[in-house]
Amino acid sequence: MAEAKLINPYPKGLTEVEMRYCPGCTHGTAHRLVAEVLEELDIIDRTVAIATVGCSVYAYEYFNTDAVQAAHGRGPAVATGIKRVQPETVVFSYQGDGDLASIGMAEVVHAAARSENITIIFINNAVFGMTQGQMAPTTLLGQKTTTSPQGRTVEAAGYPIRICEMLATLPGASFLAREALTTPARIRSSKRSIRRAFETQLAGAGFALVELLSICPTWWRMDPLEAIRHVEEKMIDYYPLEVFRDRLAEEDEGGDTNA
Amino acid sequence: MPKVKIDAERCKQCMLCVEFCPRDSLRISERTNLKGYHPVEQCDEESCTGCGICALVCPSVCVEVYR
Amino acid sequence: MSQQRRKVFISGNEATAEGGIAGGCRHFFGYPITPQNKIPEYMAEELPKIGGVYLQAESEVAAINMVYGAASAGARVMTTSSSPGIALMQEGLSYCLGSELPCVLVNMVRGGPGLGNIGPAQSDYWLATRGCGHGDGRCITLTPYSVQELHDFTAGAFEIADRYRNPVMVLADAILASMMEPCELIPRRDLPAPDRPWAVGPHDPDQRERNIVNSLWVEFDVMEAVSQRLEERYRQAAEEITDWDEFGSDEPQVMICAYGISARICESAVMQANDELGIRTRLIRPKTVFPFPTEPIRSWAERVDAALVVELSMGQFVEDVRLAVEGRCPVDLLGRAGGNVPTVGDVVEKIREAALRAGVARV
Repeated sequence: MAEAKLINPYPKGLTEVEMRYCPGCTHGTAHRLVAEVLEELDIIDRTVAIATVGCSVYAYEYFNTDAVQAAHGRGPAVATGIKRVQPETVVFSYQGDGDLASIGMAEVVHAAARSENITIIFINNAVFGMTQGQMAPTTLLGQKTTTSPQGRTVEAAGYPIRICEMLATLPGASFLAREALTTPARIRSSKRSIRRAFETQLAGAGFALVELLSICPTWWRMDPLEAIRHVEEKMIDYYPLEVFRDRLAEEDEGGDTNA
Repeated sequence: MPKVKIDAERCKQCMLCVEFCPRDSLRISERTNLKGYHPVEQCDEESCTGCGICALVCPSVCVEVYR
Repeated sequence: MSQQRRKVFISGNEATAEGGIAGGCRHFFGYPITPQNKIPEYMAEELPKIGGVYLQAESEVAAINMVYGAASAGARVMTTSSSPGIALMQEGLSYCLGSELPCVLVNMVRGGPGLGNIGPAQSDYWLATRGCGHGDGRCITLTPYSVQELHDFTAGAFEIADRYRNPVMVLADAILASMMEPCELIPRRDLPAPDRPWAVGPHDPDQRERNIVNSLWVEFDVMEAVSQRLEERYRQAAEEITDWDEFGSDEPQVMICAYGISARICESAVMQANDELGIRTRLIRPKTVFPFPTEPIRSWAERVDAALVVELSMGQFVEDVRLAVEGRCPVDLLGRAGGNVPTVGDVVEKIREAALRAGVARV
């Protein structure tokens, strides 16, 4: 019998640094998928990762690329600055929902409007993790957080924001997809969209964003499996999984590219 | 023989691999790692097909699959 | 320099923009705000012609973070704004300081606080020399007083920023921004790419380690070491680039301290005081306010009977003068605000009062 071979060598896009995330936190999964895509596309050495503020602030220690740490919410602006200086560099900003959908809303909307040729990995776990469980703009109605202890209400905090649907109104957004890091099938699908988002940038086709529904077992106060069920049963209901825009595919089909 | 190797020091006992393993060939071990978790180990090499789902769902990137 | 300077009649804003280009700036990120709009307009017109990039950001907050990104990628980069816009840039500026990124900012100061007005002011002195965001960093701050100096200082700011790996701010005001004067322009030329081994970008991993631009240091000792390194640079800058000008009597009874547009007014007042009132007066005009020309001010303070500070604020710059004087002579303040500017007569009158109080003049 042939010697058994390692089928999943440690991704070259990740450093050996052990990630500090809580048990079950799918930041690790997202990091791995991005790293695998960078390796498959052979772009590790010409990629700049942008770490933002939140649990993933240390992303610059984990991605085996050059990296810039950005102020809270400003990833897309920092990415813009880099990209306008070095159009050949692959630039991606890795942002949570507090960072992107709250304090950084203006930057992401305008980067999309300009069709800035960058990629954004948007982790939506519906809570502020690093600051210990406060309500996020994406927190579901009824969801209890440390700053919505009775559950989020419309009266007090309005409605959760659907980022992909909102950005889909902008012709500048060239790739938009929402995926979930829950089941094996969905994780594979997430990787396909992440790859597509980087391919969009490599083709010079403009702004690409992948939203990844993720779990926060610690601040949802659930074990990781319960948390995955919560995404499957509650979050996906409000945040449907969909490829909202794929300009490369539209161009392949010779379809209307003017959105 | 397909099998999985788990880096016991990186495993945080989140249980996702155990739960998603279609062959029930993983389990929580008795031992304790330096962080205080009981790392996952393979309990049934015979049933493992080397499908890689454990590695796919592992957020700690600590599962190696041999096939 | 082999090429001759070309003399033109030009506004402060345009001279500033052309100064940036002469200094090697090919990337500009900004957001419109009066009274400096002519700068981004000029850049939008000129930069694309020379292979540069002009980008109008969605806000000053975004603009400074684009500057941060461009500087991370090794570009000579610049943004310009006016008081409320510079206030909005404070966080990003602090990140530039903490990550030790060279970049250039210009603040055409207007009246404040709040929305204030678009008149000339020098009330961002603290913002420039004490502010620059949270934490221990400081901005090297240059204070031109003419259209020519706006041009030259802006051009030179890039080299200073590179030398100290620190943001440099050119601090001017609404009058300097808008006024037109003859100005000899530094010829445009392609400068060699700055040597920035720390910049991010495509690389051969066999040639260098990963570059990380970062200001997060959770270990107290590491963070303190960064602060100490910055402090050492500021000490070095104080030795190397502190700059000022002096004008008037060599045996003064009264010393005037003023920078920027205030110093322009004071020059005429010093002449009048010397020639018409017989009060021997000398102007000390800082061209850098951080680092601050402490030594010349202290040294003249030993010899004069009174000092007068003239500034377009209710008293910010005067604090640095008093720190330099350390009680060696009384320090009086003529401060105007809200867009108002003292006349030459106002300054002369104040010189007379100061001299009277010090007992060095009759009348």
